[in-house]
Amino acid sequence: MAGGIVEKPTSGAPVRPKVNYLNETKGLKNWLVTLDHKRIALMYLAAVSVALLLGGFWALVLRTELLGPQDTILSNQWYNRAFTLHGAVMVFLFIIPGIPASLGNFILPMQLGAKDLALPRINLLSWYLYVIGLIFFLGILFLGGLDTGWTLYPPYSSGRPVELNLIFAYTGVFILGFSSILTGLNFIATMHKLRPKGMTMYKMPLFLWALYATSLIQVLATPVVGLTLGLSLIEHVFKIGIFLPQYGGDPVLYQHFFWFYSHPAVYIMVLPAMGVQSELIATFSRKHVFGYKAIAWSSIAIAAIGFIVWGHHMFVSGQSPAAGIIFSFLTYWVAIPSAIKVFNWVATLYKGAIDFKAPMIYALAFMYLFGIGGLTGLFLASVVNNVHLHDTYFVIAHFHMVMVGSVLTAFLGGIHYWWPKMTGKMYNETLARIAAVMVFIGFNVTFMPQFVAGTRGMPRRYANYLDEFTIFHQVSTIGAYILGAAVVLQAFYLVYSLFKGKQAPPNPWGSASLEWQATSPPDFHNFTEKPIVMGAYDFENWEFVSEEAGYVLKKEVIETGKSLATVH
Amino acid sequence: MSTVAEADSKQEALPERPKELAMHFDTLHQQFTTTKLGMWLFLGQELLFFCGLFTAYSVYRANHQEMFHYAHYFLDWKLGGANTVVLLCSSLTAAWSVRCAQLEQRKGLIVTLILTFLCACAFMTIKYIEYSHKIHIGAVWGSHFGVNQADFPEHLKETYPDLTSEQLQQMNAGSFFAIYFCMTGLHGIHVLVGMGLYIWLLIRAIRGDFNRKYYGAVDNVALYWHIVDIIWIFLFPLLYLIG
Repeated sequence: MAGGIVEKPTSGAPVRPKVNYLNETKGLKNWLVTLDHKRIALMYLAAVSVALLLGGFWALVLRTELLGPQDTILSNQWYNRAFTLHGAVMVFLFIIPGIPASLGNFILPMQLGAKDLALPRINLLSWYLYVIGLIFFLGILFLGGLDTGWTLYPPYSSGRPVELNLIFAYTGVFILGFSSILTGLNFIATMHKLRPKGMTMYKMPLFLWALYATSLIQVLATPVVGLTLGLSLIEHVFKIGIFLPQYGGDPVLYQHFFWFYSHPAVYIMVLPAMGVQSELIATFSRKHVFGYKAIAWSSIAIAAIGFIVWGHHMFVSGQSPAAGIIFSFLTYWVAIPSAIKVFNWVATLYKGAIDFKAPMIYALAFMYLFGIGGLTGLFLASVVNNVHLHDTYFVIAHFHMVMVGSVLTAFLGGIHYWWPKMTGKMYNETLARIAAVMVFIGFNVTFMPQFVAGTRGMPRRYANYLDEFTIFHQVSTIGAYILGAAVVLQAFYLVYSLFKGKQAPPNPWGSASLEWQATSPPDFHNFTEKPIVMGAYDFENWEFVSEEAGYVLKKEVIETGKSLATVH
Repeated sequence: MSTVAEADSKQEALPERPKELAMHFDTLHQQFTTTKLGMWLFLGQELLFFCGLFTAYSVYRANHQEMFHYAHYFLDWKLGGANTVVLLCSSLTAAWSVRCAQLEQRKGLIVTLILTFLCACAFMTIKYIEYSHKIHIGAVWGSHFGVNQADFPEHLKETYPDLTSEQLQQMNAGSFFAIYFCMTGLHGIHVLVGMGLYIWLLIRAIRGDFNRKYYGAVDNVALYWHIVDIIWIFLFPLLYLIG
């Protein structure tokens, strides 16, 4: 441990710890068998980025196809494959594991003051399962793609003659499900059992509460989709007659099973994003987060309510009208905890000392986009509106506002926020701000026209369309290009910072949660000195010291913390 | 305010860390309760995994009550009952093995682990006999279902002499067998996994890995084994005893 101690800078600039988790041991083999949560998190980040680029590539391909009302660059068959791969890769490989498995894996033990996750081997196993799942999806690409839509509804999917790419898809999602379950149970066990003395549940940063709620859903909902796709695989190969009507099965049962997972999965995606959001808003307002307990418990409430609303995906599937009305009613409930969060974030901003750093721009973009995504969700929750708007671009725009507008934005915000901690390097702030604004503009230009096209009757999943929709599609495609350019710009300056970036101080933002008491990048054991446990939003304990180019704990805080420690 | 130091300083006062204690835990007790919580969460996941099949069962049984009644005659309650007894015995020996581990009775531990494994083997053998008979007479899933009237179980022939295979096919008897094979098959896979785990435990027990402070693996595998047992306790009446 002694090797990780930072030498006090004499010249004023922050100094990189000589030995840290990145260089403690060297060589590919040591990374591939590592049990260190920080290294596993980075490996997840790399794998998840591959998935993001892959999914993003298909998004740009299909937006390009939609530049004109007739065939432009793709055959209709390839258009179907493009939207299937875009959806499946983005949902199963990027958004679901994105924040929890990469950022969460890194930050959770550190914010808790622990040395690692509770079950490090399970953590590594979960990464390997993820990579195997990713390989199955890459395999699908080489087998000529998949055109079932990401939901894999029978009879389009399992009802056809046996196809290897479909078998790959079922197996891939099944394996990815177990990767997700293992991450979830590891997080819950860690938060219950590895909290050091003094770190009570109510002292945990809100990101951890959000991850806790997420993990509950991962553990309880994911097995159902695993079973469903397992059954679909057997159905596809042996035609056993569980979901296929021609053999006595029930395709609506598949939809129930599928959405029993896939609706809660929306909260697996958005809850961690909301957790990141709480951290960003409080830190860059330099103000204790408003309504801590309300935000914490609203995460749990969203997780709980999320389990009983799945039928709103099936208003036109032939489920009974009574079921439709009940699911519609229950769906409105989700708006309550979601709104609690938004109002508390806004209240945190009120009279805060707002600092428009790049992560904060993402956080503000999140609030705007999540506001629109959430409110349009209310339109869709009512059965009459839903029947009218079902399977139109209105729905597409709505869920992209939540799944991309909110989750991707928070993911990018979180990456920027924790980048100095994870890599020990500062990125170029000006470029980061430009990219953040580009993401916001690109996103709105892409999806706002889709709301209008949807209300005018443009159905989803069509390669060709009527001339009257041309303008909406063309504007939307331009927006997608702006978004794509922003991602390329980010990739550029983030990778550049790894080589040429300035050394990051331990706490560049003045955040108060424990991970900022570690060095940047952290020691293999996370903390070189025992962290002083204090409120995650007590920003007054930190002061800016210009020689350090960052924030340091006030002397009296360190003394009180140490004296309290010896009393115990 | 307080620091993490508290638990750690106690730790540092100890002469040395037990070799079984992982880097990130403070005490063996903490390690034990943590892995056990992990196992309980995993079992929760297992329940939800099977829940889907139980739901499918309920839906199809509600929609095809008569067919379920006829089709269940194809399952032999005596074989199913024998398997229930075998599994209950294995749960006893599994629980016993935990006690042996806690008391450091190495021989007892090895014997109970072997007995548990043998019970699992017996279960799979009986399951194999049941499966092969059903596949042989054609009492299988979906549209593959088709059993000669001569192969109907005696009890079914006596009770409903006029029942034909075509009638059963029209009533969707294939979906009963689809559910039967999926539920018992998934359960069987869990038994196989359990057998693998018991071999692993046996190797470690012979090597002498366990002691009164470190027996979490035995405890956790026994927990897993009990859930496999409990699921069968529900499967048996729902499939075999619905007459």
